[in-house]
Amino acid sequence: MLTIPISSIVLVTGFLLILIGLWAMFVHKNIIRMIIGFSIIDTGIHMVMVSLGYITGGTAPIFDDVVNVADASAKIVDPVPSALVLTAIVIGLGVTAIMLSYAVQIYKAKNSLSIDDCAEQKW
Amino acid sequence: MLKRLFMLLALALMAVLFYDIAGNYSERSELTGISEHYATEGADELGAANLVASVVITYRGLDTLGEVTVLFISAAGASLLLRRRRGSAEKKSRLYSESSEIVRTTLSILFPIILLFGVYIFINGHLTPGGGFQGGAVIASALLFFILARPNESLSHALLMKVESLSGFTYVMLGLLGVFLAGGFLDNRVLPLGDFGSLFSAGLIPLINVLIGLKVGSELGSLLQKFKE
Repeated sequence: MLTIPISSIVLVTGFLLILIGLWAMFVHKNIIRMIIGFSIIDTGIHMVMVSLGYITGGTAPIFDDVVNVADASAKIVDPVPSALVLTAIVIGLGVTAIMLSYAVQIYKAKNSLSIDDCAEQKW
Repeated sequence: MLKRLFMLLALALMAVLFYDIAGNYSERSELTGISEHYATEGADELGAANLVASVVITYRGLDTLGEVTVLFISAAGASLLLRRRRGSAEKKSRLYSESSEIVRTTLSILFPIILLFGVYIFINGHLTPGGGFQGGAVIASALLFFILARPNESLSHALLMKVESLSGFTYVMLGLLGVFLAGGFLDNRVLPLGDFGSLFSAGLIPLINVLIGLKVGSELGSLLQKFKE
């Protein structure tokens, strides 16, 4: 039976999420929906990064009864992408907060959330 | 229509790129480079059972300091954008409708438990999955619950700001301590490493986790408060 490695599944799902989020940002006019699209892209990128750090048969990089210090490097997944994703999640949260407060300001100024009402932004 | 065409073209190009990457991807079977060093030496060097915590707090400590700074700047920027105009500030203390009896009773039961859970997560960050940011997020969720259940009361802004700036200041000071007493900025071997796997071990890592947890929790709390206003 053909088995697909779990990290490939996560990788492909992450790429699909990036495409879906990009599509959402392109198609929708509502600023809130664009921000949701951005969050989806963010999640997709995190999934791609985590899947790149996977080692076949690896477990979480935490030492305990199962993973002892001596044979750690054969049993754990790469800790560096996990740490990077932790950073990326927090940065993504900060960026989302800023975008949402801009959306509030735009709504106050134009009384609408559609990107079409921000005519000076047109390309 | 031209716009739509460009959109589809961009998506198709991205898809081709991703298809290529995913097609050539094969799972790694062993650690390489710096992560192998972390896996083999990390426990002896820093004494933390959670390798991700030692990477985040010590090996890549500068990145985490930058990350905390980014979070601080985004909170400051959001409160700048969301501030009330001086002209229209007739102190519109809007009255929200009270939330139901059930929600308020649940708040008084669950609020301390959620706070305690957040504290547990960041104190044990060097032993179990978790750490400052995760614990801070749990604390912020407790504050969000408070805002939802009692919409007419507000969190003390002054207290949140004091907690946040004090913990940020102490974080940098502890980092500087490492320059004088150990190997460099944010080195955790200022305090003795202690017994491997016990609560008081791994030098500065638990302390820094607590500080980051408090800072993130109060920062997100004041952000939520700003969005409510």
